Amino acid sequence: MMPHAEFVHWWFATGFLGLGLLKAAEATVGPEVWGLRPWRRYLWPSLTFLMGVLMWPVMTFYTNSTIHMVAHGSWAQVLMLAGAADLGLAAGKLHSERWRLCSALAMAVSGIAFLVHEQNTWLFSRAAFLHHALGWTFVAGAVFPLVQAFRPRSAGALGGFAVAFVTVAVLLYCDRDTAAIFGHLSEFAGVPHR
Amino acid sequence: MSAEYAHDLHRTPESTASRPRAATALRARVVLGLGPLTMLAGAGWALVQPYRITLLHPFGQGFWWLFAEPPLYVVLFGLLFHLVVARPLVADLERRR
Repeated sequence: MMPHAEFVHWWFATGFLGLGLLKAAEATVGPEVWGLRPWRRYLWPSLTFLMGVLMWPVMTFYTNSTIHMVAHGSWAQVLMLAGAADLGLAAGKLHSERWRLCSALAMAVSGIAFLVHEQNTWLFSRAAFLHHALGWTFVAGAVFPLVQAFRPRSAGALGGFAVAFVTVAVLLYCDRDTAAIFGHLSEFAGVPHR
Repeated sequence: MSAEYAHDLHRTPESTASRPRAATALRARVVLGLGPLTMLAGAGWALVQPYRITLLHPFGQGFWWLFAEPPLYVVLFGLLFHLVVARPLVADLERRR
């Protein structure tokens, strides 16, 4: 009685929606006001770290190929790394803003893992399309934490980071196990459902 | 000094002070709008694809189909964000002003 893969994508979509909203709020008020209550500094990194931890059971139970296992495992590792680095900064145990490069690395690795593990073309099915779209969103989104590592107060970088996460959330919510994309569905994709 | 200049001199510090106040008010409005906007998106999704909410037709559905209610996730997360994050954040923003 395993949940469908699309359900898992929706749960992670909700996580990414949370990450996006938190970054959007921080970008709007600025890091100083955001940091006035200490617990608020821990929200984003804790959620990121938790999503990394929860990616391990996904890796374990949704391994239908080696490349899927490697992709899910790499997401688990980089999510935990990004969350841990930000937790260190929030707690004051890490001081250099360059630790935010871990988030840039996480975004880049996640994007590359999406692009590498999707073996089908864009219009093979909706899942294939979304894997390509998610991959490029993550790769492009890696620019924002990269900028943040060198310009921590950049509202543009924070806002861009937020938009990237909300885009990822929307794409993940659009996922279905087998469905057409713009009227295209390969005959090898399986039987479609709503 | 003419009355016109005197008015300008009197007005300038006020308008300078009111600018950050207006910016803070705008920020507060944006933060307070994020949650309701998210809830609205979830409600819109539920209206467009009511079959995604299996709780509306629960008979014959398995546990996971009943548990996976993505439009409701969006609405609930928007509500949670509004109550737990946005409101205290705006209170801090106002206090800082």
